[in-house]
Formats: sequence, C-alpha cells, structure tokens
Amino acid sequence: MSSQPLSQNQERFELNLGPQHPATHGVLRVKLLMDGEYIVDAEPVLGYIHRMHELMGENRSWAQYLPNMGRLDYLSALSYNLGYVELVEKMAGIEVPERAEYIRVITTEMNRISSHLLWFGAFVLDLGGFTPLLYAFDDREQILDLLEAVTGSRLTYCYYLFGGCYNDVEDDFLSGCLAFVKRLRTRLPMYHNLVTKNVILRQRLEGVGPVSAEMCRKYGATGPVLRGSGINYDLRKNEPYSIYPELDFDVPVYPEGDSMARFMVRMDEMEQCLRIIEQAIAKIPEGPVMAEKVPKMIKPAAGDYYHAVEAARGTFAIRAVSDGANQAYRMKLRSPTFSNLSLFQEASRGMLLADGLAFMGSLDLVIPEIDR
Amino acid sequence: MNKENVIQELQALAAEGMADQPEVASVAAVAGPAGEEEAKPQTAIPPEPRRNGVLEVDYAVRGVHVDVQIQGDQVVRAAQILDEAGMTLEAITGVDWINDQELEVVYDYSYTGGSCFRVVVRARISRHEPTIPTVSGVFPGANWHERETFDFFGIHFEGHPQLEYLLLPEDCDFHPLLKDFKGC
Repeated sequence: MSSQPLSQNQERFELNLGPQHPATHGVLRVKLLMDGEYIVDAEPVLGYIHRMHELMGENRSWAQYLPNMGRLDYLSALSYNLGYVELVEKMAGIEVPERAEYIRVITTEMNRISSHLLWFGAFVLDLGGFTPLLYAFDDREQILDLLEAVTGSRLTYCYYLFGGCYNDVEDDFLSGCLAFVKRLRTRLPMYHNLVTKNVILRQRLEGVGPVSAEMCRKYGATGPVLRGSGINYDLRKNEPYSIYPELDFDVPVYPEGDSMARFMVRMDEMEQCLRIIEQAIAKIPEGPVMAEKVPKMIKPAAGDYYHAVEAARGTFAIRAVSDGANQAYRMKLRSPTFSNLSLFQEASRGMLLADGLAFMGSLDLVIPEIDR
Repeated sequence: MNKENVIQELQALAAEGMADQPEVASVAAVAGPAGEEEAKPQTAIPPEPRRNGVLEVDYAVRGVHVDVQIQGDQVVRAAQILDEAGMTLEAITGVDWINDQELEVVYDYSYTGGSCFRVVVRARISRHEPTIPTVSGVFPGANWHERETFDFFGIHFEGHPQLEYLLLPEDCDFHPLLKDFKGC
C-alpha cells in the first residue's frame, strides 16, 4: 500500500482487492485508488486463471473440444455446451431429433436456475446475510442431484453431443423436475419475504451502481445487466434457437439500472425458467435422442461461422473459422461477463467501497469464464 | 434503426477503400471482386476471397447478416457508422492467415434494440507490421477486447489508452495464437 498526500485533509491510497478475496468469488484482482472510503478508480486485473481455451480449440478435433465447454462458466455449463454443439451442428448441417431439443432445453433451464440460486446465495452473503446461502444451496442441491443422474456430473457438464444428447432421460428425471418446479414455487415467495423485502438489502442495493442502457451498449453488456437497465434483449426471444419459440415465457425487464434491478431480473428469471421447464416436460415427444447419421469426423466447409446463445450471464458467442479440417482453424469464445465487468471501472467511480462490492456482486461474475 | 441505410453507408466506406488501392480496384473492375490474390486455399470465405466489399450472407448458415471487409485504417469509421445506428460491439478478435502473411482483425457487432441484426467487420493487415487504429474511442468496451487481441496476436492498436497484457502475464514475450507459436 502506497500513499501520496493530496491536500491537508485528503489522502489517496492504493488498495488491492484480491486476487484472493472472498467477495470476488474467484481469482480476480481489482486495483483500487481510494479517497478515504470512496473509490476514485478501480481497475480490474485479469488473467489469474487464464488457460488459453482458444488455443486448445485449434489443436484438438471438434468433438475433443466438447469438455472444454464445461470449464468456462462452471455455474451454467450446459448453456455453453448448447452454444457449442449448436454451432457445430449448424456448420456440419446435422439435424437434431426433437426429443433431444426438449431435453436440452429442460436441462439448460435447470442449470440456469442452479446458477441463479448460487448467485443469489453468494450475493446476499456478500452483503452480510448468511442464512439465504444455506437455503439456496438446499434448493440447488436438488438440481445437481437431478442433473447428475442424467449427465453423470454435478458441475462441469459435457452432456450434449453433435446431433443430440449423450443419453435419454428417464421418467424419474422428468417427474423429479416437476417436483422441483413445485418446490421452488413455494420457496421463491419465501425468498422474497426473507430477502427481497428486507429493508437492509434494499438500502444496500437501491440506487447503487446505476448502469444506463447507453453504457451497456457502449461496453457490450448483456444478460441480466442489460435487462436490469431497461433493454428487453434475450437471445432466446431475439434470436431464437432450439425450441424456445415454441415455449411461452416472459423476459423480465427492470428499467432502474441499479443493483436492485439486476437482483430482481434474476429472481424473476427463475420463475420464467420454471414455466419453460413445465411446458417442455408437458410437450416432450417420444423418439430418439441422437441423430442417426452423425459423421465420426466432422469436417465443416471452409469459412467462418458465428453462433450466440443466452447463457445465465448474457450472450455467449463462438466465432469458429474452419479450413475444412477436423479441427478449428480459429475458435473465438465471446464470454458475457468479460464485457459486463469491463464497465466496472467507469461505473464504480465515486462509489463507496462497500457499495462497489455490492455492485460487483450484482454483475454476477464467474472468473474462469472471463479469463478463459 | 434502418438496416438498409447502414448497409449503404458501409458499402460506400468499402468502395472508398477500394479506390485507395488502384491496382486492386482496376482488377476488381475487370475480373469482379476476386482481386489479385486468388490463390488462397485456406481463406475460402464464401463466395470467394475478396479484398474489400460488403456481402449480405446467409444468416442461417453463417450466423451474421452482413459481412464487411474494409481497409485497416477504416475500422474507426465503420465503428462510428455502426455506433450511430445504435449497435453494440460484441467482440474483437484476430485470425492468423500465415499462408498469406496477413492477420485479420474481426469486429462483431450486434443490435440489442430490436430484431436481430449482426454485422461482422473484418480488416486484413500485414503480419510483419500488425498495426490498426483503436476503436476504443467509439466503443469504450473495445478496450479490453483489443488488449486481449494484442495478447494473443501481438496486434498493435494505435491510440489505445493502455495497451498492456490483459490475460497473459505482464512479463511474457509471446503471442500464443500466432500459427508459428511453438509453445513456451
């Protein structure tokens, strides 16, 4: 810590937040220039768990790259699985059976809820409330058990294959999902009573960390951050993929742009996920879960391809360049929290340090996905 | 946002770039947009390799609506056109075309205000002297994307406020996504 006096009463000093700090939820370092309790400048320093996933994409085959997708955003890994298999299916012209599409949507949305639940618990923990974390983990555990039964893993899923899913789901899974939907519908009102209506939480979040729609646009922020700034933009609606157009759900949008708005967007999104899961289970057809003719060696036509999906934190996109070989010539991964965090420096100027942490929590950072 | 206007403005910009390069423009006028470097086995961007121009491509296959290729020094003007149209810069990246001794800088733009519209802007620069102006003055979000591209490809973004390593360690001396990178 170095300090340089500015005036008689003022003294600015540098402060390192992280890289090993519980509030950053991972190895993120923020170089802060402080004026007393106020943030003058906050520069995030990235790269502590950089693994060069993009280079890995160039030196293994399309199929061998599948497990990498579970290791970007480990909290909503299935959205990343989905984005990647849909891209390769688009490149290679593989048709996916309808049942597989429904399974993909059900499992992805379950994963989205588990991601939001973990964010909910950890975020309130950041603000000083320990109890909600335990409740949230109780619910999340149900999802992990259900997903473990079909995917074989609890966190770093690698369940979708080009042309379908690794295996079919059983009726136990579907009835388990319905039971979970019922359960969470009774729990969410409790969360709202316990947390959302809590006056301390509201004072910590309301009006804190305002992010305008224009700032989101300039920085490329997406997901709940953008929807908390009043922009109705959700790729499941705006750029429909899979079977989302056949399902009826709303996109929660809050215009305030503060941390409370982002909190409410995610809380409401969980309810919408429940609606999606319920409808998908009611509609799921019988049939195969894998396309019949999927080539073992995938050799897409040369050219470049782009595909984006709505992950739990915003737009996850892949730009793949193929030269006709069994592996990518270039694999660019565009991760949502990279862009969402990039506005932190500008938006946090003049904030109290404690508010800065609340603001950072409301951005819902997952560091392995930023660092890639 | 009027998509047709945006496409027209980008077409005018790309045409300007072709005029800057008389030898390419004259070839293009006779032989179509193929240009002088036809022998590019790896760069088969449909329908054929090109030096400049605006293509409206098949969104269902490629995932973008408009594919713009311009000169390196025009990327800021392209960013301004797309900024005025209300579009967002989604990502910046590079591609190393080592057989052509060129680096490609790729800008992905999307529209978050309504119906889906995606534009990709690409510019090719020399691999030996990879410099291109920064667009971080137009889109502050480009700051990190450009730093990342600098990390991976060593592309120098002129006028960037803080062109330092972002994801790689600050003392590293390699650019891992260059095709001649052999590990460290």
